[in-house]
Amino acid sequence: MSEDIWILGIHMTKFGKHADEDLVDLASEAALGALADGGVTMQQMGVLAAGSLMQANAGIGQQLQKQIGQTGIPVFNVANACATGATALRTAIMAVKAGECDMGLAVGVEKLSGAGLLSGGSRRPDSETWEPHGREGAVMATDGRIGTATMPGVFAQIGMEYGHRYGGTSFELFARISEKNHAHSTLNPLASYQKRFTLEQIMGDIMIAYPNTRPMCSANCDGAAAAVVISDSALKKLSLEQQRRAVKVSASVLTSDPWTEGCQVLPDVNTLTRNAATTAYEQAGVDPADLDLVELHDCFATAELVHYDNLMLCEEGGAVDFFESGAPWRDGRLPVNVSGGLQSKGHPIAATGIANIWEVCHHLRGEAGERQIPDAKVGLAHVIGLGSACGVHILEKSAA
Amino acid sequence: MNDTRTQIPLVDYLVLGDEPHLVANECTSCSARFFNRRNACASCGGTEFTKADIDTAGEVRAFTIVAFAAPGVPVPFVAAKVDCGGTSVAGNLVDVEPDDQHVTLGMKVRLVTFPVGTDSAGTEAIGFGFAPADTNGDAA
Repeated sequence: MSEDIWILGIHMTKFGKHADEDLVDLASEAALGALADGGVTMQQMGVLAAGSLMQANAGIGQQLQKQIGQTGIPVFNVANACATGATALRTAIMAVKAGECDMGLAVGVEKLSGAGLLSGGSRRPDSETWEPHGREGAVMATDGRIGTATMPGVFAQIGMEYGHRYGGTSFELFARISEKNHAHSTLNPLASYQKRFTLEQIMGDIMIAYPNTRPMCSANCDGAAAAVVISDSALKKLSLEQQRRAVKVSASVLTSDPWTEGCQVLPDVNTLTRNAATTAYEQAGVDPADLDLVELHDCFATAELVHYDNLMLCEEGGAVDFFESGAPWRDGRLPVNVSGGLQSKGHPIAATGIANIWEVCHHLRGEAGERQIPDAKVGLAHVIGLGSACGVHILEKSAA
Repeated sequence: MNDTRTQIPLVDYLVLGDEPHLVANECTSCSARFFNRRNACASCGGTEFTKADIDTAGEVRAFTIVAFAAPGVPVPFVAAKVDCGGTSVAGNLVDVEPDDQHVTLGMKVRLVTFPVGTDSAGTEAIGFGFAPADTNGDAA
């Protein structure tokens, strides 16, 4: 058994438009914020894992070091779709868990303000003569001709597929999930949008890919988040205040999608999430019923529904009933996305997988102010990146 | 369709002719099916494949009505995952109004083919989609 790992310090920037700050400014703010929050310095870090998906070959880790501390430590620049932030965190955790160092820093940053469709946003023009190419021997671009490459469309189908399997879904049901998250966002000053929408406003907004209207899609924005992780033995040498605020990483799991029938036709985001959750609950010795809050990857309203089930917050097939019971509202039995989720907080891709950890930590430390979930002791953070990669972390309040 | 013209399928897993249909690469060890060129089987690691004809009748398992897409992609259109005798297929639903009154989960569909463009050499590319099973004739 390797020793426990803790989040010592964590920080997220305001999510939104940061016109005057570049990637490194945002990454620096998050990293320096996390170090200060943990009461440590860059000189104490033994490893840096960093990601910025849209600039994946830019070496964001070293760029960051050149502003806040070139200490010569190993840097892992990671890219794992929308799970990039969770992958950076997992990488730092693995290094500490392996005993390579006592402390590590994980950073995720993205500038996406004004970006449109991140996939399927452009289609190559048809060529002069038809020549089969690629793995399907296509003579022209297939987006829009054989299904859709757009994320709102892919995740719409994922939600609809769940509806077909178990029943009970409707345009209105999915819109009500979005209504919840936008309502939650009004208490989160770091969210991109803090606007409560009525159900009618959500359903009447611009349709992107039925049943996802614009407010039911994650918001493109700028932002960064960073976390300092530390080994149990190193934490014990720090002050009681640092130990009290540290949050235990009871489980840190990353999975990819195992082959299932149809998974190369429409991504199967379910199996790898369920696998990650199963492993995480086992690692942590925690039952879904023990959770006080969950931040899950609601990249689209249709996605949130399936992850209630995948994360086993309800019985298999029971996601609609779970939502209808009011459970995932902030005053419900198991609050989900009290940060406002990706639909209102925003989704600066590589930052997302650490920002959701920040949200959970904030509650476990009792520092979430107005939106504090009372007496929160155990929380779960989930992200999924298409391709696919899934990160699940279970976090527990310090007993110190 | 105009038989005097040279035709080419939009993708190589569409087989044209009198009875157009889709064909998959099927792993000879585990029967997993794929619509692209294979290096090995993603399910079991096997490296031998055989061609498997896919049923032209299917049932809609998931759909979305895409209203916002890349410039040049006509919207709205219906993208769907269709179960064809146990094999999942991606395709657009055609010959149906693109709204949630006409497109429903579980609806029965059938494979149809139609021209999607002619190149400078006069070769016609033929695409495919799925039309409601109870409609007749070629898709527009």
